[in-house]
Amino acid sequence: MGWRTLDLGHWTLDLMYKYIWLVPLLPLLAAAINGIFGRWFRFSEKLIGAIAVGSVALSFLISLAAIYSYGFGSNQLWPRPYVSTQASFTWIAGGAVKQSLGQVSPETSAKPANAPKAVPTETGSLLNVQWTYQLDPLSAVFMLIVTGVGLCIFVFATGYMHGEAGFYRFFAYMGLFMFSMLVLVMGSNFVMMFVGWEGVGLCSYLLIGYYFNREEAANASRKAFITNRVGDFGFMLAVFAVIATFGSPEYTNVVSQAANYPVETLGHWGLMSWIALGLMIGACGKSAQFPLHVWLPDAMAGPTPVSALIHAATMVTAGLYMLTRTNVIFQHSQTMMLVVALVGAFTAIFAATIGITQNDIKKVLAYSTVSQLGFMFLACGVGAFVIGIFHVMTHAFFKALMFLGAGSVIHGMHHEQDMRMMGGLKKYMPYTYWTFLAGWLAICGIIPFSGFWSKDEILWNAASTTQIPLGWLVWLIGTIAAICTAFYMTRLVAMTFWGEARFRQHEHSMEHEAHAQKKEHPTPHHDPHVPHESPKSMWVPLVVLAVLATIGGFAGISTAFTGGKLVGGKMNIVNWMSPVVWRPHAEVRFGTIDNSSPEPSEANAAETGSPHGGFNLAHTVEGKLHSETATEWVFIIISLLVAGVGIGLGLLFYVKSPQLADIWSARLAPLYRASYNKYWIDEFYGWAFTRRTMDLARGVFAFDSKVVDGGVNGSAWLTRLSSLITGGTDKYFVDGLVNAIANFVTRLMSPIVRAAQTGFTQNYALVMVVGLLIAVAVYLFRAFSS
Amino acid sequence: MNYLTPVFGLLFQETNSRVSAALEGIKHPDLSKFLVIAAILFIIGVAGVLTRRNIIVIFMSIELILNAANLNFIAFSRYLQDTAIGSPLSGQVFTVFVIVVAAAEAAIGLGIVIALYRNRETIWIDEIDLLKW
Repeated sequence: MGWRTLDLGHWTLDLMYKYIWLVPLLPLLAAAINGIFGRWFRFSEKLIGAIAVGSVALSFLISLAAIYSYGFGSNQLWPRPYVSTQASFTWIAGGAVKQSLGQVSPETSAKPANAPKAVPTETGSLLNVQWTYQLDPLSAVFMLIVTGVGLCIFVFATGYMHGEAGFYRFFAYMGLFMFSMLVLVMGSNFVMMFVGWEGVGLCSYLLIGYYFNREEAANASRKAFITNRVGDFGFMLAVFAVIATFGSPEYTNVVSQAANYPVETLGHWGLMSWIALGLMIGACGKSAQFPLHVWLPDAMAGPTPVSALIHAATMVTAGLYMLTRTNVIFQHSQTMMLVVALVGAFTAIFAATIGITQNDIKKVLAYSTVSQLGFMFLACGVGAFVIGIFHVMTHAFFKALMFLGAGSVIHGMHHEQDMRMMGGLKKYMPYTYWTFLAGWLAICGIIPFSGFWSKDEILWNAASTTQIPLGWLVWLIGTIAAICTAFYMTRLVAMTFWGEARFRQHEHSMEHEAHAQKKEHPTPHHDPHVPHESPKSMWVPLVVLAVLATIGGFAGISTAFTGGKLVGGKMNIVNWMSPVVWRPHAEVRFGTIDNSSPEPSEANAAETGSPHGGFNLAHTVEGKLHSETATEWVFIIISLLVAGVGIGLGLLFYVKSPQLADIWSARLAPLYRASYNKYWIDEFYGWAFTRRTMDLARGVFAFDSKVVDGGVNGSAWLTRLSSLITGGTDKYFVDGLVNAIANFVTRLMSPIVRAAQTGFTQNYALVMVVGLLIAVAVYLFRAFSS
Repeated sequence: MNYLTPVFGLLFQETNSRVSAALEGIKHPDLSKFLVIAAILFIIGVAGVLTRRNIIVIFMSIELILNAANLNFIAFSRYLQDTAIGSPLSGQVFTVFVIVVAAAEAAIGLGIVIALYRNRETIWIDEIDLLKW
């Protein structure tokens, strides 16, 4: 490998992992340049775009090189996290930490006898929060997703945002977002993760509200910000608890210490469960899981590249990053694992059913994102953290692709987002159409597109999990959600690209006309009613992402296809990520199955007589088939069938006999209305929280204006009254007395005293001399008489 | 005056004891004599200040008072030199100060008198009684 150690001075590719600090820095610099100077010097769009895209491209290249040198270079760094020392400094120099938590009482955990004893340290250590970047398998995957998919989206955005007045502002925010996201995934401690977490939240707010003169966008940005505060609250509490427990927010320290804690089995609620609960609340907020999912669909008010980058590919997966980063803590609380799995499964089906009835193309994709994030949470909950991250990756590919495709459609349709106004776009936008098809097949889970591999692995892990009970339920929900996914995605593609063109039938909005009149498209006979293919800067990223969405899944190819072996070495994401995931001790795993030697009797025991109770679907099937590979194949066929059923239904409803959709929506009217109105969650929140908050505000205002202001005004009135009294007393009594005395003294004394003022100098001199004589006389008298 | 002693000795080699006593008195005069002269000067000055109507004369009387004080300073300086109490020259230094101050005072005072005269056309002090109530 001669080229690998290509010597440029003393610089070699093998040392590129030392330069990871450049990765977040470059987008920050670009953001600063664009944000500060872009307006002052009226940079051209080309310059702004070049700065932004160039910085991200450089970051991507550095990431690639750094990860190559980390994982495959000659320095053999891979299983250990590399903590950057070149750009690290003590960021917060704190005092002594009192590790107030972490006392392990025996009753909180039923730990096995031979598990290492937890040793909570009593002595306080110094809290020094370092600003350090960490390169490990997990952050490597995320760096590649963020910079790689981000690069495609940046390129796309230069075309999509063409002609916008706030072009420089958009790219400044985007660069800032890249920086924050990279800090989030590259920080070596919880505090840096929190900074990135809040940074991406801020950028999300800024970018959703990019069209701040639209009320809808402004409201959506506020909603996103406030909903995220709820999650951040839990996250902050968890970070405090981590510091109070482990004495340091550094991941390496937390992971090594937490591994010594006993596992809190199902139904036991201890310290680890509390920390995991706080983290889960944070993840729910950021990754739009069920109770806190409401902000993500509204966030579609932002520009479409923002939806692709922030609200599909990267920021919303921060919750997954956190879950995987803290998988030690989560795996120590089986209760929280179950909660994560159930929340994920519920969100997956819940959002998928909403997605079926939405008409706004971006809303469908938004609910699809929520649903897919639910799948990822599901994967983490059943213990398959690696598969969750694998789905993050494939999802980043195909969902970014679909969002950008939708953006291209919106661009070509002159800012029309309603799918009922589209149809037949296949003819007008071939690049967009063919790339979108790749995304569609990927998300539906058709082999060999990327979504198949990750979704199939998720469902397989759900069915075969030994970490939580109710795996079969999670699998069932996930499977139904997969049918819904295939169905609504087929519906989306059919309504947008196939069938008759409906866009001629409708009047066009004002901005549509304005768009046409701006003559952005130099076609001589440009008809504003006819969609057009997007420029090259937009479809080239689509093609790149389509390729990734097609082949990206081979990074985690199912073992069923490779004879039960994990192939590819470190290139296989399961192998690559395995150092990150903590393996619980065999005896505390849920159930008693050892996967390496599945025996029918054991499987049956797990089915019927497991100490934790519960029915394990995969093991039951395996008990019938006597082969793990065969069992996997059964599930692969099921998931393919599921995708086929969903697509078939979609084709039936929206291609073959379009009247069916109306018939069935009328037949299932209550369900249809519930789904169309998003189960009235927004209304419920509006009633339960917004209205109550407003009531509280009104109550507090009334209290303020009546009681507090009344008190203040009353005391002011009292003060005025007392000042009136004392003022009168002073004026008439005290002044009167003083004047009376002064008058008396003046009248009586002045004739006597003024007689002394003769005006003759010599009189005064005489008085002086007499006084002198008296003084001398007294002195002499005293001197001689003693 | 110690440097005069050889001169007096050369001049009055054959004188009797009275003469030598007188010479001694001249060489080392009593302090009281100076004080008495100073007191007389002071009294004359005070009387002048109190009784004369002409401002110029009052000025001159003030000079007498100052010089009485000067004489006292010199006398005590001399006397204390013999008894070696304190710094022998401090009295003389004060005298020089007093002379300087007196000169300055005379300059200012006479200026005032001229201004007064230009305004009031008088230097009789009993006609200058604006401070009367």
